[in-house]
Amino acid sequence: MFQFRKPRNELELILRNGNKRTPSIPDEMFTYCPSCKKAILTDELADNANICSHCGYHFYINARMRIHLTVDKDSFTELDSEMQSINVIGFPGYEMKLQSAKLASSENEAVITGICTIAGVRCAIFVMEGKFMMGSMGTVVGEKITRLFETATEQKLPVVGFTVSGGARMQEGILSLMQMAKTNGAVSRHGKSRLLYIAVLTNPTTGGVTASFAMAGDIILSEPDALICFAGPRVIAQTTSQKLPSGFQKAEFLLQKGFIDAIVRRDELRNVIGKLLMMHS
Amino acid sequence: MKAIEYVYAARAKGRCTSLDFISNIFTDFIELHGDRRFADDKAIVGGLARFGNMTVTVIGIEKGQDTRSRIDRNFGSAHPEGYRKALRLMKQAEKFRRPVICFVDTSGAYCGIGAEERGQGQAISENIMEMMDLKTPIISILIGEGGSGGALALAVANEVWMLEKAVYSVISPEGCASILYKDPKMAEKAAEDLKLTSDDMLKFGVVDKIISESPRNITFHIIRNELSSALRRLCALSGEELAEQRYKRYRVLGSHGTV
Repeated sequence: MFQFRKPRNELELILRNGNKRTPSIPDEMFTYCPSCKKAILTDELADNANICSHCGYHFYINARMRIHLTVDKDSFTELDSEMQSINVIGFPGYEMKLQSAKLASSENEAVITGICTIAGVRCAIFVMEGKFMMGSMGTVVGEKITRLFETATEQKLPVVGFTVSGGARMQEGILSLMQMAKTNGAVSRHGKSRLLYIAVLTNPTTGGVTASFAMAGDIILSEPDALICFAGPRVIAQTTSQKLPSGFQKAEFLLQKGFIDAIVRRDELRNVIGKLLMMHS
Repeated sequence: MKAIEYVYAARAKGRCTSLDFISNIFTDFIELHGDRRFADDKAIVGGLARFGNMTVTVIGIEKGQDTRSRIDRNFGSAHPEGYRKALRLMKQAEKFRRPVICFVDTSGAYCGIGAEERGQGQAISENIMEMMDLKTPIISILIGEGGSGGALALAVANEVWMLEKAVYSVISPEGCASILYKDPKMAEKAAEDLKLTSDDMLKFGVVDKIISESPRNITFHIIRNELSSALRRLCALSGEELAEQRYKRYRVLGSHGTV
């Protein structure tokens, strides 16, 4: 009866195969590309900056890995690493969420900031961490980014920033919204000091982060196929019942509409950022 | 009053809209249209008016007052061209050194294909950034709904005031309930949890003043009085001092260890 579908559970499998053991391949050895569906050796994927070797799909990478891929070896000094969120508006269950976000990401908050050199040019850098509450911006993310821009302004350094974010963090209520003003204020002052800010938008960059420092770069780069939007595609589909065009809100779409400067593959980013920094130093 | 009742009051039909405030507080309002780039967004009204013997730039998000005008004004949800029109008028105010007064009342910036392809996020970001550095006084008054980024794009000011029953929030209670509690019917709890009333805003330092909602004529009178003393205060500062004061005002919000 059930030969034509996949076995539902182990018992069914045994019933069907008469308890013959088939050689098993450990799950973690291969990763399946969600774009081209092909299998990639997991080790190979890691060596290739988490880019699919078949189709070029960019898998998620964490913030530490991003820093490793971007900065000159041993040049990174982290700032404000101990800063941690508190439940500023007394939102129910927020402490628990923070705890599990820390476990999931091994970070204290959704952004890492610091000073480094890239291609020998000294600069300030921030990298958001998507595994920490979807990279949402609360008061600590706002404060760390603001401080970084202030430090960069003081020390006359360019800023390179990688964004990945679900937007403002609901659990910090209105104070998370205020971070949009706070960070953009610091970006504005940095810019008025005639200093360069390169924003690199990675998948996904949305909501309050798009509507603040992500879109405020002198130069805005993006990784291929990254979702970049203010309101997400699902929200738009739900509220307007419009049919969304294909590729809507992807990096390629934004490039075509004139909102980003260039799409750069992850394995080229370090090189491109380095050149841009050198052209401004 | 429960938080959700404030939300309903802020949205209630018959509540004064930006145009009511503009016509009752100022004289000689001349509306100026268009962002000079794409279109004129009717969700945002702006122009010049007289306040006493002073010329001011006034900008308001307008929801409309009857069904036809509500549709016409997209229910007060602005597209990027609306925010760009507002910014154009603010830069013009800076040029002629006149104060800017904004009235904020929106459930949020419009979300739709057109808004996204014309850069809603970029438009809001640019407004926030330029307002932060504008060398002329800005006063923003939240008169109804203060819906997230779409409200903030007109509320980066030297002073932010709020009507007693207005609300200000990072997300609508319904949106919060459906994302966090997976149930839009939990909006009442979400409204409570989000802390979005005028009292909450004053406590967080997000607004500087609550305007009590007495009969409308008295409310207009209160705002006129407050405006005249605030403008006297702010117009005494230089452009640089105004930008500095504004920067510091937002710099301390949610700064680590002070909340």
